[in-house]
Amino acid sequence: MPVSPESSSQLTLTNVTKRFNGRAGLVTAVEDINLQVKEGEFLVLVGPSGCGKSTLLGLLAGLEQVDEGSIKLDGADVVEPGRDRLVMFQQDALFPWLDALENILFGLRLKPGLTDAERTEAARYYLDLVGLADKEKAHPHELSGGMRQRVALARSLAPNPRVLLMDEPFSALDALTRDQLYGDIQKIFTQRKKTIVLVTHNIREAVCLGDRVVLLSPNPGRIRQVFNIDLPRPRRINDPALATLAADITNALSAHLAQPKEGLE
Amino acid sequence: MKTPRALVPIAIGLLILGGWEWFVRSGRVDDVLVPAPTQIGEWFWSSLRDGTLASATWVTMRRLMLGFVIGAAIGIPIGALCARSSLARDTIGILSLGLQTLPSVCWVPVAIIAFGQNEAAVLFVVVMGTVWAVVIAVQESVLSVQPLYLRAAMTMGSRGWHLWTHVIFPAALPGIISGLKQGWAFAWRSLMAAEIFVVILSGFGLGSLLHAGRELLRMDQVVGVMLVVVGVGLLADLIFFSPIERWLRRSRGLER
Repeated sequence: MPVSPESSSQLTLTNVTKRFNGRAGLVTAVEDINLQVKEGEFLVLVGPSGCGKSTLLGLLAGLEQVDEGSIKLDGADVVEPGRDRLVMFQQDALFPWLDALENILFGLRLKPGLTDAERTEAARYYLDLVGLADKEKAHPHELSGGMRQRVALARSLAPNPRVLLMDEPFSALDALTRDQLYGDIQKIFTQRKKTIVLVTHNIREAVCLGDRVVLLSPNPGRIRQVFNIDLPRPRRINDPALATLAADITNALSAHLAQPKEGLE
Repeated sequence: MKTPRALVPIAIGLLILGGWEWFVRSGRVDDVLVPAPTQIGEWFWSSLRDGTLASATWVTMRRLMLGFVIGAAIGIPIGALCARSSLARDTIGILSLGLQTLPSVCWVPVAIIAFGQNEAAVLFVVVMGTVWAVVIAVQESVLSVQPLYLRAAMTMGSRGWHLWTHVIFPAALPGIISGLKQGWAFAWRSLMAAEIFVVILSGFGLGSLLHAGRELLRMDQVVGVMLVVVGVGLLADLIFFSPIERWLRRSRGLER
């Protein structure tokens, strides 16, 4: 699909609103979201629980449909899931009946125009990229949580999507593994210049990874403020400058919320 | 040296058999009512030599396998349909749940009236015994497939038939196999009921042999056939279902 040269934005959200039928009637999950994601940008959606950030990611993935407004990728409406927008979920979502290589091949096999040899080669390349070349025959249960998320990352990268969507993929990992993955993600992002949208409730993580951090506030989910993060890469999660910036964002959020909500770091 | 695990149960078994033999031989009970293990062994040996046991077992196994395969072939797609559509679930699903609780011997009169005392009647009873359990098991295991797997697969472009064959069925397979095992057990029970309950003119199975033993007041034959029936059930479990279940659990890390 050709990208129109005059706009550098690849993913465009216009007046996006999404409601759910909850027990207490119609609940507005996100309201009037306007956002442009540029090609090759690392955008982070951050906010407390209930701010609709995961809903927003589901909409981008095409797993949910917008009630109002529109989402366009390269000018085309996003109406259903597609391999141009692959998702890394909070749990790894690897198929337990397939080994690591087969899991990565799952998406590649659904991509037309490749020979089996090319698919296997691509799967091996991405497994190697996430540092698990020796684990191709391992089943998910034989891998640690961090390794499983790495395989999941390789699986979402292998079919070469236009956009990589990440739904809190680090939240279930221990701190050490997480720090390692921050490094891996940044390395891959810098090397491959992939457009990435990450959802997280961890502001430090957001500042560590994002080019831009979009702060959402709950009830209903709305964009509060957008922060440009100009720190040089690779960034370290324990960097003092990064911590200061994260504190500023946390303060900004606290100021926006009448009562400070839990779930923020 | 460590004693092999099988040694103790074998020793206990021999002890019980020995005690039993001694009890019958000592004349405390009538051996027409309680045959000694050696008497059962004699019946076993003679019926093995004249071929009645082998042919009866073959007739029964053929009916069982055929009925089970047909029952599973009908039950699996219906179960999948019930999982897929709530209309099917509210109609066929509820019906299956009801019919599953019906003891399969209750199908025998229906089968006899509809088909007569023949192979079709037996097959009908076995299929009815299998199919509902399979429908329920497939429906339940498909419904309990993690939505996350489906979401992940759909983002990678999997839809429709591909989604069913590559994600839903593999994910539901452990449940489906347990359902088949249960279906097999029901089929086995219903077949025995049918064979004992009615004289099937088209072939004498284990049930007929058991029934004949009763009419001849041959307790050795009755007990002998019962042991064969137990043996067949055990073998099916040991060489077919258990290995599959164990392999499935192991390859998914549910068991070491």
